Amino acid sequence: MRHHVLPVVVVLAAVVVLWYAAAVWLNYDTAQNLADDGASRWDIVAATMQQDRPLLPAPHQIAGELIDSTLFRPLASPKSLLYHAGVTAAAAALGFGFALVLGVLLAVGIVHVRTLDRSLMLWIIASQTVPVLAIAPMVVVVLGNIGLTGTLPKALIAGYLSFFPITTGMVTGLRAPDPMQRDLMRTYCANGVQVFTRLRWPASMAFLFPSLKVAATLSLVGAIVAELPTGAQAGLGARLLTGSYYGQTLQIWAALFAAAILALLAVAVIDLAQRALVRRRGGRL
Amino acid sequence: MTADLAIVAPAAAPVPPAPSLAVRAQSLGLVFDADGQRTVALDNVTLDIARGSFVSLIGPSGCGKTTLLRAIADLERPTSGTLVVNGTTPERARRDRAYGYVFQAPALYPWRTVERNVMLPLEIMAMKPAERRARAARYLDLVGLGEFRRRFPWQLSGGMQQRVSIARALSFEPSLLLMDEPFGALDEITRDGLNLHLHELWRRTGMTVVFVTHSIPEAVYLSTGIVVMSPRPGKVTEVIAVDLPAARDLDVRETPAFLAVAHRVRTALRAGHSYD
Repeated sequence: MRHHVLPVVVVLAAVVVLWYAAAVWLNYDTAQNLADDGASRWDIVAATMQQDRPLLPAPHQIAGELIDSTLFRPLASPKSLLYHAGVTAAAAALGFGFALVLGVLLAVGIVHVRTLDRSLMLWIIASQTVPVLAIAPMVVVVLGNIGLTGTLPKALIAGYLSFFPITTGMVTGLRAPDPMQRDLMRTYCANGVQVFTRLRWPASMAFLFPSLKVAATLSLVGAIVAELPTGAQAGLGARLLTGSYYGQTLQIWAALFAAAILALLAVAVIDLAQRALVRRRGGRL
Repeated sequence: MTADLAIVAPAAAPVPPAPSLAVRAQSLGLVFDADGQRTVALDNVTLDIARGSFVSLIGPSGCGKTTLLRAIADLERPTSGTLVVNGTTPERARRDRAYGYVFQAPALYPWRTVERNVMLPLEIMAMKPAERRARAARYLDLVGLGEFRRRFPWQLSGGMQQRVSIARALSFEPSLLLMDEPFGALDEITRDGLNLHLHELWRRTGMTVVFVTHSIPEAVYLSTGIVVMSPRPGKVTEVIAVDLPAARDLDVRETPAFLAVAHRVRTALRAGHSYD
């Protein structure tokens, strides 16, 4: 990893420079309107990076907002970004758990039961063409009516969005063993459970982990989207919503970055699990 | 022709299986029917393989030698005729774990160490862990790979991987070993070494081996009998007994007796093959 640091830093620096340029360009008009008559061009440029509600906040403003709202607020306070990130992360993690169980079970059924293979896949694909923005409010409202609020409805949306890559990845993975590897099991007269636990399941791991990484990011998206329609009080989605109501662009951008950081953390955790498995397998998945 | 290998004329009524036979095929036919394409893989194959013999099936591609081996292993179902393996049906023989099968490729599971690959059939047969480890150690030593037991398959050469797969087939001590061109993908030097090894293994264990190959020297060197097959439709054209001393080293391949058998096999192959 170490020798990859320089290219990453170069790209980051380029993004930051472009970002500052874009911030100056987009915020210049408002800064000019607010400026005193005698303000020089450089004063206005400097002002584009200090606004309370800029069209595009400068990177240091977002960083400041991120630090301020995570480190300098009590954890239980609704002003703490950590609190909101925690609420969303809990829903996403639960949804990811649902997706993992459902996705694997569906894949096992599709691989082993011919009728499920023919009937189920079509519905699974169809389910993914329904926009989650259309489904999420219905699910949240209906579940709210029967007394289910908070994390569970959001987790269901998150799971709905993220089971699909797990199912498709696992269907491919469980079918990955070649005819010779399967014939071998037949010569031993192995039963279905033995073929599954000793051949299909271990062979599918190389397909499971990439799917899990996609599913983890999708479940975060699902949890955030599920927080939007009902005007939820807590969560990164709620921060995005209130931010846009009150024109708090800094708050919006800080929430977006918090979501991105959460996704990176989730992928890193899955990567750790993958590395542990690779180590047990002598260096290959 | 020696008594341990003979073509039996098709009998009118099914003959009760002789206890001295490992495999008896009578008027065996096998037709593949895929998408309206009819392929006659085996046509009227009649063949006896005595217990303790080493029989090679040789012939050009498409002559059905692999299909015959797979039928013995109950990996393909014959469409006509009778096939008796170890005195019973191929399916029953498979359920009894009567045979070990060595494929063209090692077919090792890459997520298992060499040792755990050898223990795979033992796990499936619910053998106790201590016994599994002892068996794996014994048979890995037998193929000369004892010190590699903690390695993973991809860390070994192709020849070593195939030796692991032989150890795996031997680990549950079947009375019949079925080998489908096991050394076909290996270089000649590795192949020579493995032939020598396999010959000694067969002499020591006294098991029956049915061995599919493309190579005339390999077949003559290893076998007590050679079944020559021809394609379209796949059938047995000749069965040739190999009258060479049971104890052979690789130098036997330079002797007149060896060359005479090889010549007979080559002639039989040419007669059965029209070069179309």
